Amino acid sequence: MRALQDRVPDLRPALATSVGRSALPFAIAVVLAFAMDKLVGPAVGATWTKILLDVGIAILLAGSLNVINGYAGQFSIGHAGFMLAGGYAAAWLTFYGSVHWFGTKEPIAGFLGKGQLLFLAGCVLAGVIASVFGVIVGLPTLRLRGDYLAIVTLGFGEIMRVLGQITARQPKNMTTIKDMSMFDLSNNLGGAEGFSQVPSYTTLFFVYLFAFVLLVLVYRLKYSTQGRALLAVRENEIAAEAMGVDTTRVKVVAFIFGAFFAGIGGSLYAHQVGALDPKELGFMKSIDLVIIVVIGGMGSITGVVLGAAILVILPEVFRQFADYRMIAYALALILVMILRPQGIMGVKELWETSWWRRQLARLKK
Amino acid sequence: MSSLSASDLLQTTINFLAVGGLYALIALGYTLVYGILRFINFAHSDIVSWGAWIALTVASAAGWLASGRSGAAPAFALPLVLLVTMAVCAAMGVTIERLAYRPLRKAPRLNVLITAIGVSLFLQNVGLLDKVFGNRPSTISALLQNDVLATVGGVQLRLFDMLTIFLTLVLVVVLERIVYGTRMGRAMRAVSFDERVASLMGVNVNVVVSVTFALGSALAGAGGILFALRNDLRMTADASWVLLGLKAFVAAVVGGIGNVRGAAAGALLIAFVEVFVHRYVNAAFPDKPWVGQLQDIYVFGILILVLMFKPSGLLGKAVREKV
Amino acid sequence: MNLNTWRGLVIASALLSFVACDKGKKDDKGGGNQAPTTGTIVLGHFASMTGPQATFGISTDQAIRLAIEERNAKGGVKGRRLELVTIDDAGKQSEAATAVTRLINDHHAVAVLGEVASSLSLAGGPIAQKAKVPMISPSSTNPDVTDVGDYVFRVCFLDDFQGWVTAKFARENLKAQKAAILYDQAQAYSSGLADYFEKAFKEMGGTIVTKQAYTGGNLEISSQLQSVKGAGADVVFLPGYYSDAGTIIRKAREAGIKVPFVGGDGWDSEELAKIAGDAINGNYYSNHYVPDEDRPEVRNFVGNYQKKYGKTPDALAALGYDAALVLFDAMERAPSLDGKPLRDAIAGTKNFTGVTGTFSIDENRNAKKSAVIVEYQGGKKVMAARIEKK
Repeated sequence: MRALQDRVPDLRPALATSVGRSALPFAIAVVLAFAMDKLVGPAVGATWTKILLDVGIAILLAGSLNVINGYAGQFSIGHAGFMLAGGYAAAWLTFYGSVHWFGTKEPIAGFLGKGQLLFLAGCVLAGVIASVFGVIVGLPTLRLRGDYLAIVTLGFGEIMRVLGQITARQPKNMTTIKDMSMFDLSNNLGGAEGFSQVPSYTTLFFVYLFAFVLLVLVYRLKYSTQGRALLAVRENEIAAEAMGVDTTRVKVVAFIFGAFFAGIGGSLYAHQVGALDPKELGFMKSIDLVIIVVIGGMGSITGVVLGAAILVILPEVFRQFADYRMIAYALALILVMILRPQGIMGVKELWETSWWRRQLARLKK
Repeated sequence: MSSLSASDLLQTTINFLAVGGLYALIALGYTLVYGILRFINFAHSDIVSWGAWIALTVASAAGWLASGRSGAAPAFALPLVLLVTMAVCAAMGVTIERLAYRPLRKAPRLNVLITAIGVSLFLQNVGLLDKVFGNRPSTISALLQNDVLATVGGVQLRLFDMLTIFLTLVLVVVLERIVYGTRMGRAMRAVSFDERVASLMGVNVNVVVSVTFALGSALAGAGGILFALRNDLRMTADASWVLLGLKAFVAAVVGGIGNVRGAAAGALLIAFVEVFVHRYVNAAFPDKPWVGQLQDIYVFGILILVLMFKPSGLLGKAVREKV
Repeated sequence: MNLNTWRGLVIASALLSFVACDKGKKDDKGGGNQAPTTGTIVLGHFASMTGPQATFGISTDQAIRLAIEERNAKGGVKGRRLELVTIDDAGKQSEAATAVTRLINDHHAVAVLGEVASSLSLAGGPIAQKAKVPMISPSSTNPDVTDVGDYVFRVCFLDDFQGWVTAKFARENLKAQKAAILYDQAQAYSSGLADYFEKAFKEMGGTIVTKQAYTGGNLEISSQLQSVKGAGADVVFLPGYYSDAGTIIRKAREAGIKVPFVGGDGWDSEELAKIAGDAINGNYYSNHYVPDEDRPEVRNFVGNYQKKYGKTPDALAALGYDAALVLFDAMERAPSLDGKPLRDAIAGTKNFTGVTGTFSIDENRNAKKSAVIVEYQGGKKVMAARIEKK
């Protein structure tokens, strides 16, 4: 019997295998995103494409919120603020940048051509800017718990909205834009009118690319050491601290992660609707996102996906009730909270439920 | 008048007291409920808006709003409408608690928050229906002639402002007497301190909760009427009611949640920031009108500062967390 | 399974079954600009039927339905019946985009009417443009709306014209030399109109003595009113929405401001006079029409609308009605109802006489028309002037 130390090189998987295993889900994500765009999109028609786009963006936003609310157990109800910050950053880059560097306001076609690359850069910038705000919001969490943190995050969301409303007007004339530097233009985000004429780069591919990547990351996070630290902080912060978890760092990191993807969500939203209105991305939007997370099941990835799908599609479906649409929605909310307070999935994933296991057992027989 | 004159200062002070009174009435509802149940009643701002609209419905049914002229109604109209509305709002508060919040007494707080949001959305949208209040703005200015009572140093003391200040003082004092001077009040304080022990000591927690909601909602109704007299009524789903509620909640938190005097103090502070800072900052930057929109930011800014440095609020007592 | 899981599944499947029901109703043949040549003609209307702007959408929708009903009674267009599909956007940009997508793809509308709020027209416009389906906005006054593309039209005047009209009225009819402006900085409509008024007023030789801002919905404006009072203006320009304007006028009169107020079409509503009470008299605003104007088009429209809905139509209804009529007129003239021919026919609308005046569609797809100035006398709206740019 050789000593364990000698056997380690044999036990460790080959570099190629471990990189492959790591990267495989992302490769699958790219393929699936492609499939969504090229196969599913044309098959379901324009209306359902729009709905699928909305669902994908909702998954991105609610999934990122789930890391803050569900995993870390922090009470954040200002998530739309990150979305707004990211959206503005991306729109600034693509709209003004397009005029400055490409001489046009229209989106430039071509897969991964200069237009789409600028858009991707915009998305990344959106994530980064939103993360900066994530740090700013995450820091007060050091001293606040529960409802108080909720109100502060709500306040942050409102502050973002007001800041958006006091920016300067957005010049639409190409010559005027070219005369101003990109830096100067960073204050011209539209003000109360909002930012419009954002080039429409969002497609099913990009939305589901980012959504699937987020889902993979969130899944891995949940079952990793860092994820356990998050869950520990959620369950009992003092005990976690006593066990050596750096709760400050964990909480701030949760906010940064959540804000990053919310920023990307904001960018995708802006490039899909073609405009950003700060009044529409205020605390009602944040509440919508919290509702998705809570109804789907906080801390459950499948729950969030299910919640996003249901809550985007529900208002469409309730259209048949006309005037009573919002009343039906409100009643549905109250009923779900009373009858099923843990949300549809609770904290479990689909594959952890007893129902799933029974189906699998039945198949195996 | 120049913005730095004494009469302007006096005028601004009166403004600030009136606005502070409004916030106080609404903040008290939040603070009482939070003190007992540790839960932010998101639907409270909708009780405020419903209070205003119920007052309108009552007054218009009695025919007092027909002429549309300011102060056209008889003198007893306003007090009557006030009492009726406060009673109806109290009943509403108790019903909502019974139906929507009691089943969730043991549930995690985020869930109750979502339910409260559901109730809020429900009230807003039911209020919009044509059969209920409709979706057009209206007014109850017929109920009160905003006369000038006296002119002191160039400043007009108007009936509305004096009435608001007077009514707020009266209601706050009455509430304080109830909470600190009656058995029910003692029961309320006991439940807010420790619910289980209070019930072991023979306090009927359900009754206490209902009474709390009744009191808070009645005050909210009064606040709604006063707000409507000052600024007229926008439809129930209008964002201005929600913002009003939010600022009142911030006032309650800043003053020390669960604490009657704290809510009043917090309301005065928030009103001070809004009215005074707004007036003088605006005067200092006449060419930057967007400065006026920063009011909301000041309010939340104060909240964050207070919570960072004195989390239990200005008049609250620090609660030691036991491991 | 335990009770909880059961409940969860029941709720989930109930919700999902709603989805299935709803999907079953439509056939997704995809959009396109090939309009069918027989059968009912489907027209689309996207509007805020619920939400904070519901009164705007409902007003417009009711007027369009009246127009369609009247037209169908006369045999429709090209002998075919007209049908209106209205999809609610709840006042949100994202839903406006969905609504237009649905109208075009699911209901195969040959043209789309909408919206009132410019931000919503801006959200729906690009979709109509891309699908090459003509869109006519009845009431969006922001210049950007028709810039979206050559398939987007409007039948109302623009805010720069409105600013000029109100300035002209203030200078020439009210003989004002000094004006104060009190505008809503949270609404682009209001701040835009304020800017246009200021520019025009100064060009006409007047001076702006003070420009004060308030935030819509927040009516603690005593400090702004004090500033306006102290500036000594001859007239106050108040380009806000009626929900604020009524209260502001009342408060202003209480504060001792005695000069007339002039506003924009955002004032138009039944509630303004109710809220402002006696203070409303002696004030003016620019609008698209006045119900008591003595022209046959106006009298018929007001009469029929009152008969059908029991209330006096507001300017939004008048514009909705005219938008529908312009569309019918273009549909009759167009060789076919496909996208391009219909678009060209709309663009060729000349000297069309509607409820809101006689107008033509210009090369920017805007309506070249006049504006009316409404005055409040004894709590009632009367026509004070009709102003047009020569």
